[in-house]
Amino acid sequence: MSLHGRDVISIRDLTRPEIEELLDSARRMIPYAEGKKVTHPLTDKIVAMAFFEPSTRTRLSFESAVHRLGGECITIADPLVSSVRKGESLSDTVHMLTSYSDAIVLRHPNEGSARLAARVSEKPVINAGDGAGQHPTQTLLDLATMKEAFGTLSGLRVVLLGDLKYGRTVHSLAYALALFGAELVFSSPSTLRLPDEVRDQLEHMGVRIHEEDQLHRAVRDADVLYVTRIQKERFPDEAEYLKVAGSYRIDNGVLAGAKSRLIVLHPLPRAGEIAAEVDATSHAAYFRQAFLAVPVRMALLAALLGGPKSKGRS
Amino acid sequence: MRELKITPIKNGTVIDHIGNGLALEVLKIIGVQSLDKDSTVSVALHVRSGKLGWKDIVKVENMELSPRKVNAIALIAPTATISIIREYKVREKRVVDLPDRIVGVLRCPNLNCISNQVEPVESEFDVAERRPVVLTCAFCERRVDDFLHHLA
Repeated sequence: MSLHGRDVISIRDLTRPEIEELLDSARRMIPYAEGKKVTHPLTDKIVAMAFFEPSTRTRLSFESAVHRLGGECITIADPLVSSVRKGESLSDTVHMLTSYSDAIVLRHPNEGSARLAARVSEKPVINAGDGAGQHPTQTLLDLATMKEAFGTLSGLRVVLLGDLKYGRTVHSLAYALALFGAELVFSSPSTLRLPDEVRDQLEHMGVRIHEEDQLHRAVRDADVLYVTRIQKERFPDEAEYLKVAGSYRIDNGVLAGAKSRLIVLHPLPRAGEIAAEVDATSHAAYFRQAFLAVPVRMALLAALLGGPKSKGRS
Repeated sequence: MRELKITPIKNGTVIDHIGNGLALEVLKIIGVQSLDKDSTVSVALHVRSGKLGWKDIVKVENMELSPRKVNAIALIAPTATISIIREYKVREKRVVDLPDRIVGVLRCPNLNCISNQVEPVESEFDVAERRPVVLTCAFCERRVDDFLHHLA
Protein backbone atom coordinates (compact mmCIF):
# COMPACT_ATOMS: atom_id res chain seq x y z
CA MET A 1 0.00 0.00 0.00
CA SER A 2 1.38 3.38 -0.95
CA LEU A 3 -0.14 6.80 -1.24
CA HIS A 4 2.87 8.05 -3.13
CA GLY A 5 1.91 10.20 -6.11
CA ARG A 6 -1.84 9.64 -5.66
CA ASP A 7 -4.63 12.20 -5.87
CA VAL A 8 -6.80 12.66 -2.80
CA ILE A 9 -10.14 13.98 -3.96
CA SER A 10 -12.64 12.24 -1.70
CA ILE A 11 -12.29 10.34 1.56
CA ARG A 12 -13.62 7.39 -0.46
CA ASP A 13 -10.32 7.39 -2.36
CA LEU A 14 -8.71 6.05 0.82
CA THR A 15 -9.12 2.59 2.30
CA ARG A 16 -9.50 2.03 6.02
CA PRO A 17 -5.86 0.80 6.34
CA GLU A 18 -4.66 3.88 4.44
CA ILE A 19 -6.64 6.17 6.75
CA GLU A 20 -5.25 4.33 9.79
CA GLU A 21 -1.72 4.71 8.47
CA LEU A 22 -2.24 8.45 7.91
CA LEU A 23 -3.67 8.90 11.42
CA ASP A 24 -0.69 7.07 12.94
CA SER A 25 1.69 9.15 10.87
CA ALA A 26 -0.13 12.35 11.91
CA ARG A 27 0.30 11.41 15.58
CA ARG A 28 4.04 10.99 15.02
CA MET A 29 4.15 14.36 13.23
CA ILE A 30 2.82 16.33 16.21
CA PRO A 31 6.23 17.33 17.69
CA TYR A 32 7.35 18.37 14.20
CA ALA A 33 4.16 20.41 13.72
CA GLU A 34 4.85 22.09 17.05
CA GLY A 35 8.39 22.97 15.96
CA LYS A 36 9.96 20.83 18.72
CA LYS A 37 11.61 18.51 16.19
CA VAL A 38 12.71 19.04 12.59
CA THR A 39 12.06 16.88 9.52
CA HIS A 40 12.46 17.85 5.88
CA PRO A 41 11.11 15.15 3.56
CA LEU A 42 9.80 17.87 1.19
CA THR A 43 13.17 19.54 0.60
CA ASP A 44 13.24 20.92 -2.98
CA LYS A 45 9.49 20.31 -3.39
CA ILE A 46 7.07 23.07 -4.38
CA VAL A 47 3.39 22.79 -3.50
CA ALA A 48 0.89 25.04 -5.30
CA MET A 49 -1.91 26.38 -3.11
CA ALA A 50 -4.73 27.20 -5.51
CA PHE A 51 -7.50 28.75 -3.45
CA PHE A 52 -10.39 30.08 -5.51
CA GLU A 53 -12.64 30.50 -2.48
CA PRO A 54 -11.90 32.27 0.80
CA SER A 55 -10.14 30.11 3.36
CA THR A 56 -8.19 30.84 6.50
CA ARG A 57 -7.58 27.64 8.40
CA THR A 58 -7.28 25.27 5.49
CA ARG A 59 -4.82 27.34 3.48
CA LEU A 60 -2.69 28.42 6.43
CA SER A 61 -2.50 24.91 7.88
CA PHE A 62 -1.50 23.48 4.48
CA GLU A 63 1.14 26.20 4.09
CA SER A 64 2.38 25.60 7.63
CA ALA A 65 2.54 21.85 6.90
CA VAL A 66 4.61 22.40 3.75
CA HIS A 67 7.03 24.72 5.55
CA ARG A 68 7.39 22.36 8.52
CA LEU A 69 8.31 19.59 6.05
CA GLY A 70 11.00 21.75 4.43
CA GLY A 71 9.07 22.46 1.20
CA GLU A 72 8.08 25.70 -0.51
CA CYS A 73 4.63 27.06 -1.45
CA ILE A 74 3.38 29.08 -4.36
CA THR A 75 -0.07 30.46 -3.68
CA ILE A 76 -3.17 31.77 -5.39
CA ALA A 77 -4.96 33.16 -2.36
CA ASP A 78 -7.36 35.44 -4.16
CA PRO A 79 -8.82 34.55 -7.56
CA LEU A 80 -9.72 38.19 -8.12
CA VAL A 81 -6.07 39.02 -8.71
CA SER A 82 -5.29 35.92 -10.81
CA SER A 83 -5.94 35.21 -14.47
CA VAL A 84 -9.19 33.49 -13.46
CA ARG A 85 -10.61 36.99 -13.38
CA LYS A 86 -9.70 37.26 -17.06
CA GLY A 87 -11.83 34.21 -17.77
CA GLU A 88 -9.21 31.47 -17.72
CA SER A 89 -10.67 28.00 -17.27
CA LEU A 90 -9.73 25.86 -14.29
CA SER A 91 -8.23 23.32 -16.71
CA ASP A 92 -5.83 25.90 -18.12
CA THR A 93 -4.89 27.15 -14.67
CA VAL A 94 -4.14 23.59 -13.56
CA HIS A 95 -2.03 22.97 -16.69
CA MET A 96 0.08 25.92 -15.63
CA LEU A 97 0.29 24.93 -11.95
CA THR A 98 1.29 21.36 -12.77
CA SER A 99 4.34 22.69 -14.60
CA TYR A 100 5.30 25.01 -11.72
CA SER A 101 4.92 22.63 -8.78
CA ASP A 102 5.15 19.07 -7.42
CA ALA A 103 1.59 18.94 -6.06
CA ILE A 104 -1.56 21.07 -6.13
CA VAL A 105 -3.83 21.82 -3.18
CA LEU A 106 -7.11 23.06 -4.62
CA ARG A 107 -10.10 24.82 -3.15
CA HIS A 108 -12.71 25.80 -5.71
CA PRO A 109 -16.39 26.82 -5.58
CA ASN A 110 -17.59 24.22 -8.11
CA GLU A 111 -18.35 20.64 -7.11
CA GLY A 112 -16.22 18.17 -9.06
CA SER A 113 -13.48 20.75 -9.71
CA ALA A 114 -10.82 18.70 -7.92
CA ARG A 115 -11.75 15.60 -9.93
CA LEU A 116 -11.31 17.63 -13.12
CA ALA A 117 -8.01 19.07 -11.88
CA ALA A 118 -6.70 15.59 -11.11
CA ARG A 119 -7.38 14.53 -14.70
CA VAL A 120 -5.50 17.50 -16.07
CA SER A 121 -2.61 17.48 -13.62
CA GLU A 122 0.43 15.26 -13.92
CA LYS A 123 1.14 15.97 -10.26
CA PRO A 124 -0.91 14.85 -7.25
CA VAL A 125 -3.99 16.94 -6.49
CA ILE A 126 -5.35 17.31 -2.96
CA ASN A 127 -8.93 18.49 -2.72
CA ALA A 128 -9.17 21.22 -0.08
CA GLY A 129 -12.90 21.67 -0.65
CA ASP A 130 -14.89 21.72 -3.89
CA GLY A 131 -18.05 23.75 -3.35
CA ALA A 132 -20.55 21.71 -1.36
CA GLY A 133 -18.71 18.53 -2.38
CA GLN A 134 -15.75 16.85 -0.70
CA HIS A 135 -13.13 18.00 1.79
CA PRO A 136 -11.20 14.84 2.63
CA THR A 137 -8.42 16.37 4.74
CA GLN A 138 -11.06 17.93 7.02
CA THR A 139 -12.42 14.44 7.58
CA LEU A 140 -8.93 13.13 8.34
CA LEU A 141 -8.31 15.78 10.97
CA ASP A 142 -11.76 15.20 12.49
CA LEU A 143 -10.90 11.51 12.82
CA ALA A 144 -7.44 12.34 14.19
CA THR A 145 -8.99 14.48 16.93
CA MET A 146 -11.39 11.72 17.97
CA LYS A 147 -8.66 9.08 17.88
CA GLU A 148 -6.35 11.22 19.99
CA ALA A 149 -9.10 11.72 22.59
CA PHE A 150 -10.34 8.14 22.79
CA GLY A 151 -7.55 5.96 21.36
CA THR A 152 -10.02 4.37 18.95
CA LEU A 153 -12.82 5.23 16.55
CA SER A 154 -14.60 1.91 16.78
CA GLY A 155 -17.74 1.94 18.89
CA LEU A 156 -17.77 5.70 19.50
CA ARG A 157 -21.21 7.29 19.65
CA VAL A 158 -20.93 10.39 17.49
CA VAL A 159 -23.65 13.04 17.25
CA LEU A 160 -23.58 15.03 14.03
CA LEU A 161 -25.43 18.28 14.63
CA GLY A 162 -26.54 21.03 12.30
CA ASP A 163 -26.74 21.28 8.54
CA LEU A 164 -26.75 17.65 7.50
CA LYS A 165 -28.22 18.45 4.09
CA TYR A 166 -25.73 20.88 2.58
CA GLY A 167 -22.76 20.48 4.96
CA ARG A 168 -19.88 19.00 2.98
CA THR A 169 -17.94 17.84 5.99
CA VAL A 170 -20.74 15.81 7.47
CA HIS A 171 -21.31 13.36 4.62
CA SER A 172 -17.61 12.54 4.30
CA LEU A 173 -17.21 12.24 8.05
CA ALA A 174 -20.26 10.00 8.39
CA TYR A 175 -18.88 7.73 5.67
CA ALA A 176 -15.45 7.54 7.32
CA LEU A 177 -16.94 6.88 10.77
CA ALA A 178 -19.03 4.14 9.21
CA LEU A 179 -15.83 2.51 7.95
CA PHE A 180 -14.57 2.37 11.52
CA GLY A 181 -17.77 1.03 13.08
CA ALA A 182 -18.86 4.15 14.96
CA GLU A 183 -22.48 4.67 15.95
CA LEU A 184 -24.04 7.75 14.35
CA VAL A 185 -26.73 10.05 15.72
CA PHE A 186 -28.06 12.77 13.43
CA SER A 187 -29.60 15.90 14.86
CA SER A 188 -30.72 18.78 12.65
CA PRO A 189 -33.52 21.23 11.90
CA SER A 190 -36.21 19.30 10.00
CA THR A 191 -35.44 21.02 6.69
CA LEU A 192 -31.73 20.16 6.92
CA ARG A 193 -31.97 16.40 7.48
CA LEU A 194 -29.49 13.99 5.96
CA PRO A 195 -30.35 13.32 2.29
CA ASP A 196 -31.95 9.91 1.72
CA GLU A 197 -29.21 8.81 -0.65
CA VAL A 198 -26.53 9.40 2.00
CA ARG A 199 -28.61 7.61 4.60
CA ASP A 200 -29.13 4.67 2.23
CA GLN A 201 -25.40 4.39 1.57
CA LEU A 202 -24.60 4.44 5.28
CA GLU A 203 -27.23 1.83 6.08
CA HIS A 204 -25.85 -0.28 3.24
CA MET A 205 -22.51 -0.17 5.09
CA GLY A 206 -24.22 -1.64 8.15
CA VAL A 207 -24.24 1.54 10.25
CA ARG A 208 -26.73 1.93 13.04
CA ILE A 209 -28.35 5.32 12.41
CA HIS A 210 -30.32 7.24 14.98
CA GLU A 211 -32.10 10.56 14.61
CA GLU A 212 -32.72 12.78 17.60
CA ASP A 213 -34.28 16.21 17.36
CA GLN A 214 -33.96 17.00 21.07
CA LEU A 215 -30.44 18.30 21.61
CA HIS A 216 -30.13 17.42 25.29
CA ARG A 217 -31.20 13.84 24.58
CA ALA A 218 -28.80 13.56 21.63
CA VAL A 219 -25.93 14.74 23.81
CA ARG A 220 -26.70 12.53 26.84
CA ASP A 221 -24.96 9.31 25.73
CA ALA A 222 -22.58 10.81 23.19
CA ASP A 223 -18.80 10.51 23.09
CA VAL A 224 -18.42 13.13 20.37
CA LEU A 225 -20.64 16.08 19.53
CA TYR A 226 -19.73 17.31 16.05
CA VAL A 227 -21.28 20.74 15.50
CA THR A 228 -21.47 22.34 12.06
CA ARG A 229 -22.18 25.87 10.95
CA ILE A 230 -25.24 26.50 8.82
CA GLN A 231 -23.55 27.83 5.69
CA LYS A 232 -25.60 30.60 4.14
CA GLU A 233 -23.64 30.38 0.90
CA ARG A 234 -24.77 26.77 0.31
CA PHE A 235 -28.49 27.54 0.39
CA PRO A 236 -30.25 27.94 -2.94
CA ASP A 237 -32.86 30.11 -1.27
CA GLU A 238 -32.26 32.79 1.39
CA ALA A 239 -35.74 32.28 2.85
CA GLU A 240 -34.85 28.66 3.64
CA TYR A 241 -31.65 29.85 5.33
CA LEU A 242 -33.41 32.44 7.46
CA LYS A 243 -35.85 29.80 8.75
CA VAL A 244 -33.06 27.75 10.30
CA ALA A 245 -30.35 30.31 11.10
CA GLY A 246 -29.59 30.27 14.82
CA SER A 247 -31.85 27.28 15.48
CA TYR A 248 -29.35 25.50 17.74
CA ARG A 249 -26.67 26.57 20.18
CA ILE A 250 -24.38 24.56 22.41
CA ASP A 251 -23.75 26.08 25.82
CA ASN A 252 -22.91 24.77 29.26
CA GLY A 253 -26.60 24.18 29.96
CA VAL A 254 -26.88 21.78 27.01
CA LEU A 255 -23.67 20.04 28.07
CA ALA A 256 -24.72 19.69 31.73
CA GLY A 257 -26.23 16.28 31.03
CA ALA A 258 -23.33 15.01 28.94
CA LYS A 259 -20.72 12.40 29.82
CA SER A 260 -17.64 13.97 31.40
CA ARG A 261 -15.44 12.68 28.57
CA LEU A 262 -17.65 14.07 25.77
CA ILE A 263 -15.67 16.15 23.28
CA VAL A 264 -17.20 18.92 21.18
CA LEU A 265 -15.79 19.37 17.65
CA HIS A 266 -16.46 22.05 15.05
CA PRO A 267 -14.76 22.54 11.67
CA LEU A 268 -14.72 26.33 12.39
CA PRO A 269 -15.36 29.13 11.84
CA ARG A 270 -18.26 29.09 14.27
CA ALA A 271 -21.05 31.61 13.98
CA GLY A 272 -22.80 31.37 17.32
CA GLU A 273 -23.38 27.58 17.31
CA ILE A 274 -21.08 27.11 20.31
CA ALA A 275 -21.16 29.62 23.16
CA ALA A 276 -17.78 31.06 24.20
CA GLU A 277 -18.35 29.72 27.73
CA VAL A 278 -17.81 26.18 26.40
CA ASP A 279 -14.21 27.05 25.47
CA ALA A 280 -13.11 26.83 29.11
CA THR A 281 -14.60 23.34 29.66
CA SER A 282 -12.88 20.00 29.16
CA HIS A 283 -15.43 19.29 26.41
CA ALA A 284 -13.98 21.92 24.03
CA ALA A 285 -11.77 20.11 21.53
CA TYR A 286 -12.28 22.35 18.49
CA PHE A 287 -9.08 24.33 18.91
CA ARG A 288 -7.11 21.11 19.30
CA GLN A 289 -8.91 19.93 16.15
CA ALA A 290 -7.77 23.10 14.33
CA PHE A 291 -4.17 22.49 15.45
CA LEU A 292 -4.23 18.85 14.33
CA ALA A 293 -4.88 20.13 10.80
CA VAL A 294 -1.14 20.75 10.56
CA PRO A 295 0.23 17.30 11.53
CA VAL A 296 -2.54 15.59 9.55
CA ARG A 297 -1.73 17.59 6.41
CA MET A 298 1.98 17.02 7.03
CA ALA A 299 1.35 13.27 7.16
CA LEU A 300 -0.59 13.40 3.91
CA LEU A 301 1.93 15.58 2.06
CA ALA A 302 4.81 13.42 3.23
CA ALA A 303 2.98 10.29 2.07
CA LEU A 304 2.18 11.78 -1.36
CA LEU A 305 5.47 13.56 -2.03
CA GLY A 306 8.22 12.19 0.19
CA GLY A 307 10.51 10.09 -2.04
CA PRO A 308 11.45 10.01 -5.70
CA LYS A 309 8.50 8.34 -7.51
CA SER A 310 6.22 10.11 -9.97
CA LYS A 311 2.41 10.23 -10.06
CA GLY A 312 0.66 6.91 -10.42
CA ARG A 313 -2.98 6.09 -9.98
CA SER A 314 -4.19 2.97 -8.27
CA MET B 1 -50.21 -12.45 -39.82
CA ARG B 2 -50.78 -9.05 -38.24
CA GLU B 3 -51.23 -6.03 -40.46
CA LEU B 4 -48.29 -3.63 -40.33
CA LYS B 5 -49.38 -0.10 -39.58
CA ILE B 6 -46.08 1.38 -40.71
CA THR B 7 -44.64 0.66 -44.13
CA PRO B 8 -41.27 -1.11 -44.39
CA ILE B 9 -38.11 0.92 -45.04
CA LYS B 10 -35.33 0.05 -47.45
CA ASN B 11 -32.41 1.31 -45.38
CA GLY B 12 -32.38 2.76 -41.89
CA THR B 13 -33.12 1.98 -38.26
CA VAL B 14 -36.15 0.63 -36.45
CA ILE B 15 -36.40 1.30 -32.75
CA ASP B 16 -39.01 -1.05 -31.38
CA HIS B 17 -40.33 -1.87 -27.90
CA ILE B 18 -40.06 1.73 -26.76
CA GLY B 19 -42.03 2.19 -23.56
CA ASN B 20 -45.51 3.55 -24.15
CA GLY B 21 -45.46 7.34 -24.59
CA LEU B 22 -41.69 7.72 -24.95
CA ALA B 23 -41.40 7.81 -28.76
CA LEU B 24 -41.31 11.59 -28.91
CA GLU B 25 -38.41 11.62 -26.46
CA VAL B 26 -36.60 9.09 -28.65
CA LEU B 27 -37.17 11.39 -31.63
CA LYS B 28 -35.58 14.24 -29.69
CA ILE B 29 -32.51 12.09 -29.08
CA ILE B 30 -32.29 11.05 -32.71
CA GLY B 31 -32.52 14.69 -33.71
CA VAL B 32 -34.88 14.27 -36.65
CA GLN B 33 -34.44 17.90 -37.68
CA SER B 34 -30.91 17.11 -38.79
CA LEU B 35 -31.86 14.14 -40.97
CA ASP B 36 -31.69 13.98 -44.76
CA LYS B 37 -34.81 15.85 -45.98
CA ASP B 38 -35.75 12.92 -48.23
CA SER B 39 -35.85 10.46 -45.34
CA THR B 40 -39.15 9.28 -43.96
CA VAL B 41 -39.63 9.14 -40.21
CA SER B 42 -42.48 6.96 -39.01
CA VAL B 43 -43.77 6.98 -35.48
CA ALA B 44 -46.30 4.58 -34.05
CA LEU B 45 -47.74 5.42 -30.68
CA HIS B 46 -49.67 3.10 -28.42
CA VAL B 47 -49.16 -0.16 -30.33
CA ARG B 48 -50.21 -3.46 -28.77
CA SER B 49 -47.24 -5.46 -27.50
CA GLY B 50 -47.06 -8.98 -26.18
CA LYS B 51 -44.14 -8.11 -23.91
CA LEU B 52 -45.01 -4.60 -22.76
CA GLY B 53 -48.78 -4.38 -23.13
CA TRP B 54 -48.40 -1.16 -25.12
CA LYS B 55 -45.36 0.20 -26.85
CA ASP B 56 -44.16 2.86 -29.28
CA ILE B 57 -42.11 2.31 -32.45
CA VAL B 58 -39.89 4.69 -34.41
CA LYS B 59 -38.56 4.03 -37.90
CA VAL B 60 -36.07 6.33 -39.55
CA GLU B 61 -34.90 5.98 -43.12
CA ASN B 62 -31.25 6.34 -44.15
CA MET B 63 -29.87 6.69 -40.63
CA GLU B 64 -27.86 4.56 -38.25
CA LEU B 65 -27.55 5.61 -34.63
CA SER B 66 -24.26 6.69 -33.09
CA PRO B 67 -23.20 4.83 -29.92
CA ARG B 68 -23.90 8.03 -27.97
CA LYS B 69 -27.50 8.14 -29.18
CA VAL B 70 -27.93 4.44 -28.40
CA ASN B 71 -26.77 5.16 -24.84
CA ALA B 72 -29.25 7.99 -24.52
CA ILE B 73 -32.07 5.74 -25.73
CA ALA B 74 -30.96 3.05 -23.31
CA LEU B 75 -31.42 5.53 -20.48
CA ILE B 76 -34.93 6.68 -21.27
CA ALA B 77 -36.25 3.56 -23.04
CA PRO B 78 -34.36 0.62 -21.54
CA THR B 79 -36.72 -1.94 -23.08
CA ALA B 80 -36.06 -0.75 -26.65
CA THR B 81 -34.60 -2.91 -29.40
CA ILE B 82 -32.68 -1.47 -32.31
CA SER B 83 -32.72 -3.08 -35.76
CA ILE B 84 -30.51 -1.97 -38.62
CA ILE B 85 -32.28 -2.39 -41.97
CA ARG B 86 -30.42 -2.76 -45.26
CA GLU B 87 -32.24 -3.55 -48.50
CA TYR B 88 -35.48 -4.19 -46.55
CA LYS B 89 -33.80 -6.88 -44.42
CA VAL B 90 -32.89 -6.80 -40.74
CA ARG B 91 -29.09 -7.00 -40.80
CA GLU B 92 -28.55 -6.50 -37.11
CA LYS B 93 -30.87 -6.52 -34.11
CA ARG B 94 -29.96 -5.81 -30.53
CA VAL B 95 -31.41 -4.71 -27.25
CA VAL B 96 -30.07 -1.43 -25.96
CA ASP B 97 -27.44 -1.92 -23.30
CA LEU B 98 -25.96 0.63 -20.92
CA PRO B 99 -22.17 0.77 -20.74
CA ASP B 100 -20.60 1.35 -17.31
CA ARG B 101 -19.73 4.96 -18.19
CA ILE B 102 -21.89 7.36 -20.22
CA VAL B 103 -20.19 10.34 -21.80
CA GLY B 104 -21.77 13.46 -23.30
CA VAL B 105 -25.37 12.21 -23.12
CA LEU B 106 -26.74 13.99 -20.02
CA ARG B 107 -26.17 17.31 -18.35
CA CYS B 108 -25.39 17.07 -14.65
CA PRO B 109 -28.47 18.30 -12.75
CA ASN B 110 -26.13 20.02 -10.29
CA LEU B 111 -25.79 23.46 -11.85
CA ASN B 112 -22.73 24.10 -9.70
CA CYS B 113 -20.94 21.01 -11.06
CA ILE B 114 -17.68 21.77 -12.85
CA SER B 115 -19.02 19.92 -15.91
CA ASN B 116 -21.64 22.69 -16.29
CA GLN B 117 -19.02 25.46 -16.35
CA VAL B 118 -16.94 26.73 -19.26
CA GLU B 119 -14.35 23.95 -19.19
CA PRO B 120 -13.05 21.74 -22.01
CA VAL B 121 -14.82 18.68 -20.65
CA GLU B 122 -17.86 16.56 -21.49
CA SER B 123 -20.32 15.32 -18.94
CA GLU B 124 -19.60 11.83 -17.60
CA PHE B 125 -21.73 9.52 -15.52
CA ASP B 126 -21.03 6.13 -13.99
CA VAL B 127 -23.80 3.56 -13.68
CA ALA B 128 -24.27 3.14 -9.92
CA GLU B 129 -27.33 0.89 -10.10
CA ARG B 130 -28.93 -0.88 -13.06
CA ARG B 131 -32.42 -1.83 -11.83
CA PRO B 132 -33.70 0.81 -11.78
CA VAL B 133 -30.90 2.76 -13.40
CA VAL B 134 -29.17 5.31 -11.18
CA LEU B 135 -26.16 7.25 -12.43
CA THR B 136 -23.56 9.27 -10.53
CA CYS B 137 -21.72 12.22 -12.02
CA ALA B 138 -18.04 11.32 -12.46
CA PHE B 139 -17.12 14.82 -11.29
CA CYS B 140 -19.43 15.91 -8.48
CA GLU B 141 -20.89 12.48 -7.57
CA ARG B 142 -24.49 13.77 -7.84
CA ARG B 143 -26.90 10.86 -8.30
CA VAL B 144 -29.38 11.04 -11.19
CA ASP B 145 -32.40 8.86 -11.83
CA ASP B 146 -34.48 11.28 -13.89
CA PHE B 147 -32.94 11.27 -17.35
CA LEU B 148 -35.67 12.82 -19.50
CA HIS B 149 -35.07 16.30 -18.14
CA HIS B 150 -31.31 16.18 -18.31
CA LEU B 151 -30.55 15.04 -21.84
CA ALA B 152 -27.66 17.09 -23.22
